[in-house]
Amino acid sequence: MFSMSVLNQSDRYGWGMISLHWLVAVTVFSMFAFGYWMVDLDYYHAWYKKGPDLHRSIGVLLLAVMALRLVWRILNPPPAAETGLTAWEKAGAQIVHWAFYLMVLLIATTGYLITTADGRGLLVFDWFEVPAVTFDIKNQEDLAGEVHWYLALVMMSLASVHILAALKHHFVDKDQTLMRMLGKRQKDTP
Amino acid sequence: MKVFFRALLLSCVALAGSAQAADYDIDTRGAHAAIQFKFKHIGISWLVGRFNTFEGKFSFDEDDIAETKIAVDIDVTSLDSNHAERDKHLRSDDFLNVKKFPSASFVSTRVVDLGNGKATVYGDFTLMGVTKEIAIDTSTVGMGNDPWGGYRAGFEGTTTLNTKDFNLILPPGNEVELALYIEGVRQ
Repeated sequence: MFSMSVLNQSDRYGWGMISLHWLVAVTVFSMFAFGYWMVDLDYYHAWYKKGPDLHRSIGVLLLAVMALRLVWRILNPPPAAETGLTAWEKAGAQIVHWAFYLMVLLIATTGYLITTADGRGLLVFDWFEVPAVTFDIKNQEDLAGEVHWYLALVMMSLASVHILAALKHHFVDKDQTLMRMLGKRQKDTP
Repeated sequence: MKVFFRALLLSCVALAGSAQAADYDIDTRGAHAAIQFKFKHIGISWLVGRFNTFEGKFSFDEDDIAETKIAVDIDVTSLDSNHAERDKHLRSDDFLNVKKFPSASFVSTRVVDLGNGKATVYGDFTLMGVTKEIAIDTSTVGMGNDPWGGYRAGFEGTTTLNTKDFNLILPPGNEVELALYIEGVRQ
């Protein structure tokens, strides 16, 4: 494990991609749970204001991390899939993987459209501001809010499929698909 | 000839004076009208907003104020407190539930002339599906010919709503002050 390369190799993931994968996995689930919790907070709750501030800030950074992952993936592709996968398994995995990039982009964008609907920029941790682009859509914040929520549900569904597939590979097929994401080589035994 | 002119002048004055109740459209297209609300923010200051979309008509006779009639429809979804996320919250089912109750209306029932351009306009106000009588304290701002060939009349009014009457819980006090600025164009 400690001899691992930061870069992906033909038979294993590098720790760069592995770190980004788990960072995004934890962040995406946390963002969903946190977002779900914060929207129903009472106005007088201590987190009523800082909850959304945090959610927005992390959302912007998550999008940046996904952009980094995308570039990384293109320049340094992941190892080939396990042998023995059916064509539809490979295709399904590919579709879900690419859908994650698209979903993070869309969810972040709709979130941005809620926050910036009145022309104010989005403040990331009092650190920098993402400027607002105005579209003059009537009640943009309501529309964007609904789409944001339904996309988040789609994201959670896709993530569930992704996790169930990984567990199926590990426990049913007994292949290395899941362990690869923990740094194991393709040919290693579980 | 002189007599003729005097007669003409008199008849004009008479016509103007008799001024039958005229119908006015509230100039919402030109946005010479506003419906503002304000309520206490956490009990320490005022939160001010407005409804951007509404329309209305009134009939008004300067010489018979008590016969004034006014009806206004408000698009509640057009709520604007100059902060999109707050607007979203106020429109949600936590507050105004605009999906279920997209519009509000006011229809006057009677007007009490208080003199000096002041009047109390009573009427049925419908908000969130609940209709209650409210009283609006109004005063005349002005009236006369506009520079573009029309005739306009302007009024302002205020009223305080107990939002609980309309099943709207708005902490801390369930109180909203409405301020109305109405400019009508005579039809």
